[in-house]
This record gives sequence, structure tokens and C-alpha cells, in this order.
Amino acid sequence: MQRRQFIQTSALATALLGGMPLSATAKSAKGKVVVIGGGYGGATAAKYLRVLSGNQLDVTLVEPNSSFVSCPMSNLVVGGIRKISEISTPYTGLGRNHGVKMVKDYVTAIDVEKRQVKLKNGQTLPYDKLVLSPGIDLMMDKIEGLQSANNNGQILQAWKAGPETVGLRKQLEAMPDGGTYVLNVPLAPYRCPPGPYERASMVANYFKQYKPKSKVLLLDANADVTSKGKLFKSVWASEYKDILEYRPNMKVTGVDGATKTVRFEFEDAIKGDVLNILPDQRAGKLAVDSGIANLNGRWAEVDYMTFESTVAPNVHVIGDSVQGAPMMPKSGHMANSQAKVVAAAIVAQMSGWEPNATPLTNNTCYSYVTTKNVIHVASVHVYNAEKKTFLTVPGSGGVSAEPNELEGTYAWNWAQNIWADTLV
Amino acid sequence: MNNLKLRAARLMACAALASGGVFTGTAAQASDMSPEMKLQAASLAATCANCHGTNGQGIEGSAVTGLANLSVEYIKTNMIWFKTGQRPATVMHQLSKGYTDEQIDIIANYLGKKD
Repeated sequence: MQRRQFIQTSALATALLGGMPLSATAKSAKGKVVVIGGGYGGATAAKYLRVLSGNQLDVTLVEPNSSFVSCPMSNLVVGGIRKISEISTPYTGLGRNHGVKMVKDYVTAIDVEKRQVKLKNGQTLPYDKLVLSPGIDLMMDKIEGLQSANNNGQILQAWKAGPETVGLRKQLEAMPDGGTYVLNVPLAPYRCPPGPYERASMVANYFKQYKPKSKVLLLDANADVTSKGKLFKSVWASEYKDILEYRPNMKVTGVDGATKTVRFEFEDAIKGDVLNILPDQRAGKLAVDSGIANLNGRWAEVDYMTFESTVAPNVHVIGDSVQGAPMMPKSGHMANSQAKVVAAAIVAQMSGWEPNATPLTNNTCYSYVTTKNVIHVASVHVYNAEKKTFLTVPGSGGVSAEPNELEGTYAWNWAQNIWADTLV
Repeated sequence: MNNLKLRAARLMACAALASGGVFTGTAAQASDMSPEMKLQAASLAATCANCHGTNGQGIEGSAVTGLANLSVEYIKTNMIWFKTGQRPATVMHQLSKGYTDEQIDIIANYLGKKD
């Protein structure tokens, strides 16, 4: 039966059998699109808006940094396996290869009525369509003392990859053997569900080899490991039994940067040597300030078919700022995948066509658990018109059978390919 | 790498036999497709690009298969084999199950080599 269905090629597939050019062209698409934020979501959207419109749409990307630093793989820098330069990519490819206009600045305000954004330098940029991909905002004031301790460099987050990633690595290198590294997991939803567990594993991996008397204390505000739980726990038991300790249901309420103390809702305070504290998270500041993060002031609600904001017409929100559909993670891979749905929808709309009624996204998140061994979680999500959201395809997706080296190779190659797909 | 090529050749032979040539010989020109259809095919194929590279062209030396170098038939056959479990995988057996056979057909025709 499967074979039968398989060979019944659709009209579309049959038409495709000819020598088709590699980039689709919708030469009819006209207009100006401004993209805010050059992370996995925004950079991919900018590139694919050009590619899918046959370079017809006028696309401007507003991003303050000159180089992209990847959050995925940044735990390898923390763990001492990779250097920050290996996870950084300049933005030059988007302009050179695809004709994206790069504006190195911040957007300070969005005027939905006039369809324009205001830049920090005072200039305004008009748009027909706006793609908003501002990432996350770390709610530092949710933990007493965290903002000041972070300002003076005593307690780092390193959850937005960049200088703090390098800073955290330096703190770990400077820590004497026998010390304790304390990392917490905020309440879900937060950016990169398996990220904290991977980070704890990477630091334990470093301690095991170079500082065997040291400890990793992983304090989770959630009731259990939120992603790949069985796999992480089996690795911790087999590889890091005397190094890594995991405690669920521990909600951090305060810190003291000078005495390196962490306070909790119920439990006694704990002292450590390197504190890595992650507060609760919400949509990027611009989405919050503009009211586009309309759900409890935390996440942006969208019409999932096109990711258009439910409160701001012609503004499409993607990436970690979006209120996730069921089982849809806040990941770089997912932001890249959402960006392509939005790019295709905008190209269609600006050509006078209906957008795809059944867009599809997928996700693959690799986590390193030792220097070489990796585990993954994967999923496929299709838009459901009746439920008006993305649902995972029944029977699809899953996790690794066990940690393995082959996926270690794939993980790094995944990173290189997605960086190129996003930025080159 | 040689092993992979050998395997590809074997699979292709199987695919040709199994299909009785249905996969080939029905080619229409790209110009027959409406721009709307092209856009949909391109955006569906782009869901592979996160891992396999833009337009199926991965970075040089990548262990993740660059799909643009494979034939349409090879991609279709292997995706079906990933779905049925006939070809083992680390992740593709899980991702392939998220795509209908028709979607696989569209993607293979968009990314694969036609010769």
C-alpha cells in the first residue's frame, strides 16, 4: 500500500521532474521587508526572503552585532572543547551572496500603523512586512541580587552566547580543584530545553579530566529533567556519578555575588565557587515593549499558518519569542525552520497568492554528554487548519537509543550546515 | 565513503526494479509548474536544509549527506526505507515519518539530480 501511494506522483511532483532551477523564483513578489534580529530566526528569514522571491523583495536586516555567535555548541566552549571563534560566523555572507541590506543598529520602536521601525540612531525604516525575531529577554529582576552580580561579572548567565560564554569558561578554569559549580534550570518554557543539562554534562566532563575533586550542582526549578531525561540521567549515573548532582524542584529566588550564595524558595541557601544562574525568560525586549508579546507580557501569540502576530498586522514573529505550539521547542533549529515558513508566506502574500495552508517545520537538537558522545531529540510539526496550530506528526520524532560517537560527528556537521544555511 | 556509494548503487538497482520504471520518463519541464507550485516545493525542500545544507548542498567534507549530489530516485527510495525501517539511521527514521510520500516525492524532485 505504501509503495502504491509512493508511485502515485502528484501533479506537482510530476511537473517538478524536469530540470528545475535550484532557487525558486516568485518574480511577482514586490515590496519592502524589514527583519529585526540576526539570530537563527531573523538571519534565515532575511536570506530565504531573497532566495524564495528570486531576489525581488527588498530585504533589510537590522542587527547590532557584526558576527553571529551560536547558542547551540556554545556549551562546548564552556566545557573547553571548542573555541568561541569556531562557533562564530560573520554576517557578511547575507549581503554579499543574497543582497540583504545590513543595518548595524538596534530597533527602539515599532509603529504598526505607519508601518515603520525606529532605529537607535534616530533613522526610520519603512516596511510592507516586518519579521520580528528578537530572541529572549532574561528577567534578571526575578532573582534578587542577580542584576548587580551580573553587572559586576560575579555571576554570569552565558545563555546568550558571546562574551559571557568566554567569561564563564575563564571562571571555570580559574576555579581551584575541589570547588563547586552551581547551575540552575529556570521554569519551562525557556530557550533550549536540553541546554542546561548539556552544560552540566560538559562541565562535569571537564572536571572529570582536569579537576576530579570538583562538583557540579544542577538545581532544577522543574519537577524533572525537561528534555531527553532518561538519556541524561543514565549518562550522569555512568560517567559523572561522583561529580554531578541533580536536584529537582529547586527554585532560585536570590543570589549574593560577593559570598557566592544562592537562595531558594524553600530550601536552605547554598554556597558555590562558580555560580551560573539563569532567570525566568520571556520574549525579546522589543516584543515586550511593543505589546506584541501579548500573552501575560511574556510570549507573542501568532497565527501559526503565517506566524503573523495576533495583535500587530503585517508583523510576523518567529523564534524563541513565540508562544510555542504543543511540543514545539525554543531552539535555533526550530527558529530556522519557522523562518522559512514565514519567508514563503510573505513571498506568497506579496505576490498576491494564498500562503501555504499546511506548512511544515522540523527540529533536531543534539546534546553533547561527553567529549565525543552525543544524544538527540527530533520532531516534525505540521500546521493543522482545524486546530489552528502546529501539531507533531503521529509516529514521527524521537530520541537517540543511547549516547554515541556517530551522532557526535553528525552534531558538529549539523552545526556547520545550519550556520551556512542561516548565514551563507 | 566507497561503502556508501556501493550501497547507493545497490539501492538504486532495487528502486528501479521495484518501480518498474514508473519513476522515470514522466519528466515535464520546470516551466510547466506555476510559480506558486515552485514556491511551495522550494519551501518544503528547505525543511531539509537545516541539516543537509541550502538546496541540499552541505559544506565540504560534511558527514551529513549532501542531497544535491544524489539522484531523485535515490532520495525517494531511501526516505521510504527510513520510514519503513528497512534502512537504519540515527535520526532519519524518526524525521522521515513526519513526511507523506507525496511530500517526499516533491522534495526529491526538487533537490535530487535529474539525469
